[in-house]
Amino acid sequence: MGNLLAIPAVILGYIKRLGWVSSIAMLVGLGFVGVLTISLLVNLVGYFQAPPEATAEHEFHRHPKELALKTDGPFGKFDRQQLQRGFQVYKEVCAGCHSLNLVSFRDLHQLGYNEAEVKAIANQWAIEVPSVNPDTGEAATRKAIPSDKFPSPYANETAARAANNNALPPDLSLMAKARHDGPAYIYSLLTGYQAQPAKLLAEFPAAKTPASLHYNPYFANLNIAMPPPITADGQVTYADQTPATVDQMAKDVSAFLLWTAEPNLQSRHKSGLAVLAFLIIATILGYLSYRNIWAEAKRKVAPVGALDPENKAKRTRASKKAGIAG
Amino acid sequence: MSFAWAKPYEPKTELGRWIDDRLPLPRMVFNAVGGGYPVPRNLNYGWNFGVLSGIFLTIQIVTGIVLAMWYFASADGAFNSIEHIMRDVNAGWMMRYAHANGASFFFIVVYIHIFRGLFYGSYKAPREMVWMLGLVIYLLMMATAFMGYVLPWGQMSYWGAQVITGFFSAFPVVGEPIRVWLLGGYAPDQAALTRFFSLHYLLPFVIAGVVILHIWSLHIPGSSNPTGVEVKNEKDTLPFHPFYTAKDGWFAGAFLTLYAALVFFAPNALGHPDNYIPANPLATPAHIVPEWYFWPFYAILRAFTVDFILPAKLWGVLAMFASILLLFFLPWLDKSPVRSGSYRPMFRIFFWILVADVLLLGLCGMKPAEQPWVAISQLAAAYYFAHFLIILPLVSRYEKTLPLPNSISESVLHGEQKEAAPIGQTAPAN
Repeated sequence: MGNLLAIPAVILGYIKRLGWVSSIAMLVGLGFVGVLTISLLVNLVGYFQAPPEATAEHEFHRHPKELALKTDGPFGKFDRQQLQRGFQVYKEVCAGCHSLNLVSFRDLHQLGYNEAEVKAIANQWAIEVPSVNPDTGEAATRKAIPSDKFPSPYANETAARAANNNALPPDLSLMAKARHDGPAYIYSLLTGYQAQPAKLLAEFPAAKTPASLHYNPYFANLNIAMPPPITADGQVTYADQTPATVDQMAKDVSAFLLWTAEPNLQSRHKSGLAVLAFLIIATILGYLSYRNIWAEAKRKVAPVGALDPENKAKRTRASKKAGIAG
Repeated sequence: MSFAWAKPYEPKTELGRWIDDRLPLPRMVFNAVGGGYPVPRNLNYGWNFGVLSGIFLTIQIVTGIVLAMWYFASADGAFNSIEHIMRDVNAGWMMRYAHANGASFFFIVVYIHIFRGLFYGSYKAPREMVWMLGLVIYLLMMATAFMGYVLPWGQMSYWGAQVITGFFSAFPVVGEPIRVWLLGGYAPDQAALTRFFSLHYLLPFVIAGVVILHIWSLHIPGSSNPTGVEVKNEKDTLPFHPFYTAKDGWFAGAFLTLYAALVFFAPNALGHPDNYIPANPLATPAHIVPEWYFWPFYAILRAFTVDFILPAKLWGVLAMFASILLLFFLPWLDKSPVRSGSYRPMFRIFFWILVADVLLLGLCGMKPAEQPWVAISQLAAAYYFAHFLIILPLVSRYEKTLPLPNSISESVLHGEQKEAAPIGQTAPAN
């Protein structure tokens, strides 16, 4: 009993030795560490009692394939021929469902089309843009002009979902920046459609792709609503005679979508090189002047003997006393 | 303040004297960052990050003001106004990428600045106020960065705002009303976006104000140094200008080169692709992750997974706030009379464990909340709290420190005094 009564005194002794701040801190610290330890133990017990089940996504999802583009690296530039081919794929394949609501027809100048060609492309675009009938004020459509954005074929989201089995075809303007590995992801997705592997079905019978979806290991949950858009070689006839293989078309449209997402990429690289050159030269000059300024300070030593200011003062005093000038 | 040997300000021209008599601003600058501020001569490159932080604050304010001229804080228009800046505004993409990556670099240099202070005991007397004002700046930076990240109104903006304001709802009774009051609605929407923009524009100027206080309080005792020994006489110091302006100058150039490399050649490397998808309140992203500079705190938040007396979420929120607030008490937790980690063999080991621990917490914060990352984050979070609240007070009590040099100049000049003595003479022994 006597021992038990001594415990508070011992604790108080510790607190006094440590100080109040540290004592409270230790209590708080022990509290957090304790709760974390309980969390850890509960989690570990739970983990070993019921290990999380493997999922089809976890095992069969694939990282995008490698895709080399002319825009890669600090000196990368757009390949206008490829962008024009990619645009052709967009026009003939993707535009049926997907808009580019951040890109105007007139932006095609950057791909090397001249003014008349841009006008013609806008004028002949298969999808008209929403407008108002000037006589009646009713909703109408009109032919596109160069300042219009690439339109969606659907009047609104409801119409788009109704036409696509309740899936919404996303706008493609920023697709190359809105997914990890952007262009490589688009390229892989377009060429990644395949039959569901037998192994997957054997391991995860519940993960069978529903009839309205399509198996694609590059898509996050493996089942994508978009039917394979590029299905056969020669689906598009390229104006520049490049053989239109499935692989080539997928590559070209990925490059095109990188341009729609980052139209300033080329000028960014160009100004980046100039800025880096400037900064590197400025840094080297700065470093040299730093070395110059510090040269003396680094070697500066305490004056001793005759040079010690104290001895100097003594000498001056003595000289003055003796009446010697200087 | 200042040391007795600080060079006095002497205006060189008639105009300089005229101004000095009426508004001694040049005098103040001279005494603060000019020839009139004596600085320990032995500072290493760890001491360059204060000036760099100031440079990045300036970059953020300048690029931010330009962006605000084009940005449109509307739930319907914010996303497209940023794309307008990126595509159609002259050099708009440069301003925007410089601002987005500038935030990351601001945090990089501030983190190095903070860890330098932790290693060299810069928080100890008489510089406690400098340390605490620095922490205030850091908290303001976090608030500013969070609100800035919401402004593009992309998916991560929206869901980040949802998660972070959701912290408040962890508190019982008052939590939910506070959350609704902060957001101006039940979920992030126009009201939240407008006030976040307003505060995002205001807070950098508050930061600039606290920076002035931070520097003011630093200049009372003067800068610390790698030995942790106080300045004793003129031999220990060099005037800030030209010595440290030159050193800071070239180093800033080198650091800005790194920054430019990222801005121009990998501008989206530190961002999340989901923020290029417009905000959609009906579609939750698969993994909601904050920006990298919040990852360690995000890991601490998620490490509490068990309702023990309090709900797990409340533990997480309390721990996350505590993880920063405890730093305010550091000067009184670490009572070792020796400042510099270079002379503290035990402290030094725990310091490097802490650095590794915080990096590990960051990694856990980036990963989805799955095993083994949850378990690792629990161990790492436990060490974080143990380090500051248990280990440091004990280490500072029981550690045997190494002998300190007598003075800064002695530690710098080594045996040079002897070598430099004129021929035929040896330096007097002292």
